Amino acid sequence: MAVQALKDYKFPPADSQDKFHGGQLLYVGWDDHLMFCAPFAYCLPPSMPFSELCEKFMPHSFGYHPDWKSVDFSKVTWLKSGQPWQPDMSKTLAEQGLKHKDMLRFQTPGLKGINGSCS
Amino acid sequence: MDMNVKKKKLGLKEKYAHMTRGLDWQTTYQPMEKVFPQATFEGIKIHDWDKWEDPFRLTMDAYWKYQAEKERKLYAVLDAFAQNNGHLGITDARYLNAVKLFLTGISPLEYVAHRGFAAAGRNFPGVGPRVACLMQSVDEIRHAQTQIHAISNYNKHYDGFHDFKHMLERVWYLSVPKSFFDDAFSAGPFEWMIAIGFSFEYVLTNLLFVPFMSGAAYNGDMATVTFGFSAQSDEARHMTLGLECIKFMLEQDPDNLPIVQKWIDKWAWRGIRVLSLVGMMMDYMLPKRVMSWKEAWEIYFEQNGGALFADLARYGIKVPDCLTQCSEDKEHISHQTWATFYQYGGAAAFHTWMPNDEEMDWLSAKYPNTFDKYYRDRFTHWRDEAEKGNRFYTNTLPMLCQVCQIPMLFTEPGDPTKICYRESEYEGEKYHTCSDGCKHIFDDEPEKYSQAWLPVHQIYQGNCFPEGTDPTAEGFDPLAAVLDWYHFNNGHDNLDFEGSRDQANFAAWRGMATKNT
Repeated sequence: MAVQALKDYKFPPADSQDKFHGGQLLYVGWDDHLMFCAPFAYCLPPSMPFSELCEKFMPHSFGYHPDWKSVDFSKVTWLKSGQPWQPDMSKTLAEQGLKHKDMLRFQTPGLKGINGSCS
Repeated sequence: MDMNVKKKKLGLKEKYAHMTRGLDWQTTYQPMEKVFPQATFEGIKIHDWDKWEDPFRLTMDAYWKYQAEKERKLYAVLDAFAQNNGHLGITDARYLNAVKLFLTGISPLEYVAHRGFAAAGRNFPGVGPRVACLMQSVDEIRHAQTQIHAISNYNKHYDGFHDFKHMLERVWYLSVPKSFFDDAFSAGPFEWMIAIGFSFEYVLTNLLFVPFMSGAAYNGDMATVTFGFSAQSDEARHMTLGLECIKFMLEQDPDNLPIVQKWIDKWAWRGIRVLSLVGMMMDYMLPKRVMSWKEAWEIYFEQNGGALFADLARYGIKVPDCLTQCSEDKEHISHQTWATFYQYGGAAAFHTWMPNDEEMDWLSAKYPNTFDKYYRDRFTHWRDEAEKGNRFYTNTLPMLCQVCQIPMLFTEPGDPTKICYRESEYEGEKYHTCSDGCKHIFDDEPEKYSQAWLPVHQIYQGNCFPEGTDPTAEGFDPLAAVLDWYHFNNGHDNLDFEGSRDQANFAAWRGMATKNT
């Protein structure tokens, strides 16, 4: 249903990709590790290889967790918008079809957070 | 012979009628619908504005008299509090952080409520609601002022109290209450009345006021308690206005029911999300607890709210859909929200800390189903790390919900170990929400929420740095620039309570009152 309004109600979205100075938003959440209260939001160049996300950005964000050192990216499974998804480490974000404001979750089998509490 | 004629005095009822009715006129230069354009566009049909009943029958002269008396008393107490160093009588300096949250997150909203009710009073063609909205509008600006005055005394002594108005429009977590009121204010006058008049002032107000005011009483903050007493009689009137308004809409036309029900569902959920902040305040920020958030929820929402909805059932109103979700959430949201502020404590204008053992035991006892199972290990780990000098501060911005603007911290219904993710698409753009409730609100009016000013996205767009900042300069520190733009005193207003200036000053000043060295 549309907004009830006195006049035409048409406004541009506040967060379209053109406003991010060449970057695109990508959200990444780590399943079963609620020590990080919410998924992280990154603003990244579409030309960045996926491996850089895994080797540079994610360790910076998630590295505080004692489980991080046991993460093996060859065993990680990924979800994009809740559906199984397989990244190619050597390809860029754009090349593997990651769009502005895409949502990724990664699962690390065997790692269940602090004392298995999913923290 | 001259007769000594007694001056006729009006009875209360007559006086009320003279002072509140027949005050306006039918316009002739412009048609009435152009003078009151907002009265119809929302689809609410009103056939007879005179059917509006004022439960309080308060006239303006009586209003001034009562309020002046109350405020004289309030300011006398505030003076005494200031002169006697009342701030040293609080339980523990950690308590001050609840007051900071109140001043930055709630007092400015009293001012927005003042504006909103003034606008509603202007936009309703019926004189009954116009008068009622006028009085509530004056109440709200008085509340904003008296709260600011009551709390200003703390600003002389402690950090984080210095720039609440500036912060409201910028700070990431204050966008939660701000966007809530902006959403209501940018709707029409009827939706405003359901949003603020009914859902917030009637259904949820006890959950907001009782915790803060009882919390103040339990923790020795007489200034805030006195404000609470002063506002109490006004709040009772506001609740009655909200209830009268909804009954009036429902009695006027059967077509109003689905619109009103939709608004109740929406605003109950929006309000409950905002109250997550109150939940964490009750369970974590009060050194002396009043009751748990869960207990407050059960008393003030499930029991009192249940009775209210039973009363409204005769109009066809149903309990909001979100209620099932809420009875699960009451076990979790305070812990989840505090965990969020703890880890983003570098970017909050108040201090955070981990509960001590005794406090954790209290939490276990109050939340036997959830605290030990889902939260205790996490909090103990953080506390241990902090003791080792490795205090946890998240270094990356969180993903936010497009509607409530809270970080996506809430968990999946039925599984408190998984974040709840919901996604919508509108005109080729993706939008993420934290729950079915927020997704439903987004999907109903996507053109409204697609404009949301989400703090995280605004930071990434470069809109949250002081003027003249060059984000491409070498060594640019985005967090420091954002905190500067927020007007935070980095290193004093934020970070852990342990080691803070507030902690040291309070201990030193109280020590001067109780010790000889």
